[in-house]
Amino acid sequence: MSGHESTYKPASGFTKWLDSRLPIIRLAHDSFVDFPTPKNLNYWYTFGGILAVCLVIQIVTGVVLAMHYTATVDQAFASVERIMRDVPFGWLLRYIHAVGASMFFLAVYIHMFRGLYYGSYKAPREILWILGCVIFLLMMATAFLGYMLPWGQMSLHGANVIISLFGAIPLVGEAIQSWLLGGPSIGNQTLQRFFSLHYLLPFMIAGVVILHIWALHVPGNNNPTGVEVQDVEKDTVPFHPYYTVKDGFAIVVFLIIFAAFVFYLPNVLGHADNYIEANPLVTPAHIVPEWYLLPFYAILRAITFDIGPIEAKLLGVIFMFAAIAVLFVLPWLDTAKTKSMRYRPVAKQFFFGFVASCLLLGWCGAMNPDDPIIPMGEDKLLVEFTNADGNIGSRPFDGYEEAAAFRAEKQAEGGVASMSIQKAPAFRFIHLAQILTAYYFAYFLVILPILGLREKPKGEPDSIHKAVLGQSSAQAVPAE
Amino acid sequence: MKLLRTLFAGFSALAIATTAHAAGGSKHADAPEGGWPFAGPVGKLEMDSVQRGYQVYREVCAACHGMKLLSYRNLGEKGGPFYDYEYPNANDNPLVKEFAAMDEILDPVPNDSGDYDYRPARPSDPFRSPYPNEQAARAANGGAYPPDLSVITKARGHGADGEGASYVYRLIKGYPDPETILTREGEDGLNENYIKFDDDKTHGELVQPLGQYYNPYMPGDVTAQWDGDPRHVPYGGFLAMAPQLTDGRVEYMDGTEATVDQMAYDIAQFLQWAGDPKQSQRKSLGLPVMIYLVLLSLLLWFSYQRIWRKVGH
Repeated sequence: MSGHESTYKPASGFTKWLDSRLPIIRLAHDSFVDFPTPKNLNYWYTFGGILAVCLVIQIVTGVVLAMHYTATVDQAFASVERIMRDVPFGWLLRYIHAVGASMFFLAVYIHMFRGLYYGSYKAPREILWILGCVIFLLMMATAFLGYMLPWGQMSLHGANVIISLFGAIPLVGEAIQSWLLGGPSIGNQTLQRFFSLHYLLPFMIAGVVILHIWALHVPGNNNPTGVEVQDVEKDTVPFHPYYTVKDGFAIVVFLIIFAAFVFYLPNVLGHADNYIEANPLVTPAHIVPEWYLLPFYAILRAITFDIGPIEAKLLGVIFMFAAIAVLFVLPWLDTAKTKSMRYRPVAKQFFFGFVASCLLLGWCGAMNPDDPIIPMGEDKLLVEFTNADGNIGSRPFDGYEEAAAFRAEKQAEGGVASMSIQKAPAFRFIHLAQILTAYYFAYFLVILPILGLREKPKGEPDSIHKAVLGQSSAQAVPAE
Repeated sequence: MKLLRTLFAGFSALAIATTAHAAGGSKHADAPEGGWPFAGPVGKLEMDSVQRGYQVYREVCAACHGMKLLSYRNLGEKGGPFYDYEYPNANDNPLVKEFAAMDEILDPVPNDSGDYDYRPARPSDPFRSPYPNEQAARAANGGAYPPDLSVITKARGHGADGEGASYVYRLIKGYPDPETILTREGEDGLNENYIKFDDDKTHGELVQPLGQYYNPYMPGDVTAQWDGDPRHVPYGGFLAMAPQLTDGRVEYMDGTEATVDQMAYDIAQFLQWAGDPKQSQRKSLGLPVMIYLVLLSLLLWFSYQRIWRKVGH
């Protein structure tokens, strides 16, 4: 925390010499040993440490994988399999890296929901939050680029769908698209630039992570009460050993889940089609992104209508990017003075609704948008016909026998007749996705701004210290 | 406990994400009765079956399907069907050498006069490819390209243990009984094959296109060939591969009776091994890693309790 006096005392001659020239040990000591941390942080606050571990795991495994990977369209697929078959422990590296991407996103989503719940984006932590959003954006870009590298069917066709989104931008869209692809379509040059950028972005993430931790250490941690530290003595404990051990425990529990996937279900988080080598001439039946991008994919597909001069395709792209962009301005959208939703009984309900809507959007993203969730009535059969005299008509039927008889009758008369399915009205995935998209944006743009002005907070403690005392005397939640 | 809630939240997110794959129009491929021996954290491939499966591959599948990601040496490597601890280097394994030598391949290295010769394969060579290129494969198979089988078990299903093998198993024994395939004169005067359906909801006739075979486990859409209620189209699709297995199609070297079910089971398990030859190492390393992590987490849990014992939080 800023203003916290350094307690580092160099012990040996060398550390004294170093400290007066490059006080790097002092920096580490003040940041990760003696750093005053609120004593009431719960397990949701361990995901920052977990994410740091995820980033290191991805970079270390990724650098080694890059030693064996061949970024050409003819060899990429086989080289990934060669890593799994012939490189010593290559299968382990590759599965850790692939599962690690999913674990990274799992952790980052929990970390972000935690920030939303406890109001960690509010003053004085706006920059901290925005830097987090930048990391999230870079993570999505890195994951997208990396998904191309195994050169499977989903790699190619998923990338095609995403890059063609840029084509929807008026005037410059097509130019941007071919600039990204390095040509008119995805080819060897695209794979090579994706590989290059996939190697670059993680180090940019690492850089922003340093800024993120810096921005964290100026105001200090938020905490589940949302009340700022008032008395360092009473409200905080030094980071080490209190939080090194607590984070350490949480990290190892997280690694148990991680390892369960790596060793026992390494392919369950991916898509089987990506084990079919990319073929531009064969399009997979359902193109879906990896699970962690599904909510945004659902928002993209939910927009099926034009607004004024803006066409649906472009509008979908705008909404998808707006879903991320809105996070950047969140600190100024939420008008509430109370940070933690623990003391905001109404906002809390809306928050859990928001979490549910994100999960359900993910579900919608994975499903075919036209599939019914709640069917209303049976599908009918529609016989469309052209009489011999040229008149056109159609007639719906419930049963197949009658429809077929009618079709045969029309054909016998010398006309043309065909049968098709007239879908019954239904509540479909597209409808659910539209409702959820509306809620997603309403949560940020309507609910949080208005609720902050109207809601009466309840039971906010005066200080962390008092909150802790109150809780321990009531003997609640032993693990917290 | 907060921790449990944390974990629960994470798991539900994952569960939603993983169960939510879009469903295709083909029949769900169940594992064989009794399940796969390799499924689960301590499951192991049944090596006798993998060996028999290799024989089925050689004698039946290899006529059309390549496995370009495998080499003969893989058969004799640790975790492979013909691994022999006396030959830690699979290239020395006499059985593997013999298998390789039974195939003649075009040497990728030119001879002294610059020509390419045919020679018996060596353990280090990749599996012999049935066709020199895709065009040749298509020309020989009525325009269809027999897919490479190296990673077929990973390329089907949803990534859970055994789903790909179940697909292979169900598909190759899933063709309709030949007796149910009827023949009549079609509108063009040529004979056409069709199948009558009279299930609960699916009534009608499915006409097989020339050179195509119906299979309920094949992903696809048969609507265009369906004479019946278009709202209740049969599962599955058409493929260019005719039913391959009949009882006694191969004569197993180990004397096992070669029923269709046995051969389908063996080839599926062979392909399961081939798709991920390191799966036994993976699972056997998994156990000590899990034990280590659980012990470490307990140690950290007690350290945590001890360090925080005097601090209210």
